[in-house]
Amino acid sequence: MIDYQFNFDVIWRNWDNFLGALGMGLGLAAASLTLGAILGLGLAAARISGKRWLDRPVWLYVELVRNTPLLLLIFFVYFGLPEIGIYVLDKYHSFILTLTLYAAAYMCEVFRAGLTSIPNGYLEAGKAIGLRPAQRARYVMLPMMFRITLPAMSNNFISLFKDTSLAAAIAVPELTFTARQVNANTFRVVEAWLTASILYLAAAYLIAWALRRVERRYAMIR
Amino acid sequence: MASSDMSSEPLLRATNVHKRFDSVEVLKGIDLDVAQGEVVAIIGSSGSGKTTMLRCINLLEEYDDGEIHIDGETIGYRIVGGVRKRLRESAIADQRARIGMVFQGFNLFPHMTAEQNVMLGLTKVQKMPKAEARDRAVHWLDRVGLAERREHYPYQLSGGQQQRVAIARAVAMDPRLVLFDEVTSALDPELVAEVLSVMKSLAESGMTMLVVSHEMLFVRDVATRVVFMDGGRIAAEGPPAEVMGNPSSERLRSFLGRFHGLFG
Amino acid sequence: MGDKGTFLYEIWVARGSLLSGAALTMQLSLAVIAIGSFIGCFGGLGLVYGPAPLRLAIRSVVEVLRGVPVLVLILFCYYGLALFSIDVTAPAAGVIALSGFCAAHMSETFRGAVASIPVGQTEAAKAIGMRFWQRLTYVILPQAARRMLPPWVNTGVEIVKGTTLLSIIGVVELLLSTQQAIARNYLIIQFYLAAALIYIIINFSVSQLGAWLERRFAYFRY
Ligand SMILES: Nc1ncnc2c1ncn2[C@@H]1O[C@H](COP(=O)(O)OP(=O)(O)O)[C@@H](O)[C@H]1O
Ligand SMILES: [Mg+2]
Repeated sequence: MIDYQFNFDVIWRNWDNFLGALGMGLGLAAASLTLGAILGLGLAAARISGKRWLDRPVWLYVELVRNTPLLLLIFFVYFGLPEIGIYVLDKYHSFILTLTLYAAAYMCEVFRAGLTSIPNGYLEAGKAIGLRPAQRARYVMLPMMFRITLPAMSNNFISLFKDTSLAAAIAVPELTFTARQVNANTFRVVEAWLTASILYLAAAYLIAWALRRVERRYAMIR
Repeated sequence: MASSDMSSEPLLRATNVHKRFDSVEVLKGIDLDVAQGEVVAIIGSSGSGKTTMLRCINLLEEYDDGEIHIDGETIGYRIVGGVRKRLRESAIADQRARIGMVFQGFNLFPHMTAEQNVMLGLTKVQKMPKAEARDRAVHWLDRVGLAERREHYPYQLSGGQQQRVAIARAVAMDPRLVLFDEVTSALDPELVAEVLSVMKSLAESGMTMLVVSHEMLFVRDVATRVVFMDGGRIAAEGPPAEVMGNPSSERLRSFLGRFHGLFG
Repeated sequence: MGDKGTFLYEIWVARGSLLSGAALTMQLSLAVIAIGSFIGCFGGLGLVYGPAPLRLAIRSVVEVLRGVPVLVLILFCYYGLALFSIDVTAPAAGVIALSGFCAAHMSETFRGAVASIPVGQTEAAKAIGMRFWQRLTYVILPQAARRMLPPWVNTGVEIVKGTTLLSIIGVVELLLSTQQAIARNYLIIQFYLAAALIYIIINFSVSQLGAWLERRFAYFRY
């Protein structure tokens, strides 16, 4: 490394900022993913409802959202909604709304795939013991779908958590934003980005580890 | 290729072959000779090491001790300063090309037609010109009764047809020895006969074959010698009539008892 | 073309910069996908067939590149490479970072596809005496290619979307050229929607290309 002297002092001086920023990212992710999963489940139910007027619009929504860059959606919601008279959202809520809508499209696909991969025999067994449709959904389909989709869900969770870095583009003080500020103010370029990278990696591994525990807890013999 | 009369050894000679998986010894010193033109059947209950033995001969498994010779040449290893060293992959590939193998699960290449499956080894391993390889493939597919199916992909063929293509793929390479590992076990009963009859005709044409099979009628009629494996050892060996008609041990008797009525 | 201030008029005015932005988006994407996939194939080969130390090294790099947000990779490259007195332009820094991301995902895709080919295929190829490269070329890769295709197309779409992040370091790709147009005419909603449409068209074409390739490879089944 050419003449570059490492100096992590600025990192320690800004350590509280970094940790707070990490917490901010995790909070944004938790809120958006919870809402996104709920919305996604509803969308998935619409997709497999067998009713074209429900299925088609949801399909279109999912395709449009998944093929549009998240950064564009963030700007569109943040700068565009006030244009049509919606002023109530600050940058935090605006970002959560965007990531929720984005996550829902991805979750919808994960859940739909999980629901359609449930072998028919289980549903028939549910019918045979006299379960009503809602009961079959509650006691057969949802639990099986949950187990089948857990691995795919954890991939999605991690990837959506990483997407919270884009909140920096609308000045939400999360990790990327903080690292960039430290970079600009102190010129400790490598230290700032290294710290952010390590914190992101640590958080991603933490999420993966937690979800793997859930997976093991709910492991299904197949 | 060394011709068999250059040495006094038979085509295949396995001496004291040992094979361990982790701590479990699966082959506990196998001695087996197969002479040119012989059809040797290996019988024995599940888990006795039959598959492992065939896989060692075709170098799909590394054996831990002992030697396997083909035409007098040690295969898979050479001894350097008293230490066994596995040969390079390219040398092993050359040795494998001299031994054919037919698998229980066919293992046809799903992205190739029947003809392409047979031609692949001819053109890529034996570097045969395409036209010649195609003639050879057509000839062998015809021999196994599938001349009209040569443009078909594996999924378009029944299990019996797939297995016959797999046999054509093995024998088209003109191997010194062909290994068959329970090649009819994965087939529906009504498809077994078509595969066995192909194997019978190969045996009659003088091909040297080492066949693991539970088809006792086939073994009795086609094999020149039967080997009974039990717990990783060869427990009995001899002409079919002797081994199967006059079992030498209680274990063999009880194994054969399960097939009673089939040939008794 | 309508009056000044209407959408049609303004988009006509901005057509040149929008089109050149879209062209740059496509060029960047193509470069990243080509470079990233090329490196990723070797990464994947190393992951499957390499000796243990090599596997470990590649695995670590892949994990880091997949665990850190792309935006952080981009900013790290952009600010970091300058320290080495390497004169990288913003687009070059972006292509390097995105290619790293693409290569990491391709390595994993490649490894997964090759690992999913049944061992019987390798054994059957060995049984007719094929060498390593022959087995790879004639037996393993043709089958693996088909399994790699869907995740590869997904990665391609992610890359196209990911190029928007280069707007943050001043690369005038489609998103930034859209924002520059918006700064002149304040047609926020319309212009973001127009840009979204172009992204959707590009990504839809990528998916269609993928679907076409899949049909081409669909001449065999398992
Ligand atoms: N790859 C392997 N790893 C561990 N154990 C194995 C492996 N392959 C075979 N075995 C064990 O070796 C023994 C012999 O297996 P095998 O040769 O397949 O018997 P057979 O073909 O006679 O049924 C069995 O107990 C089997 O579980
Ligand atoms: Mg077996």
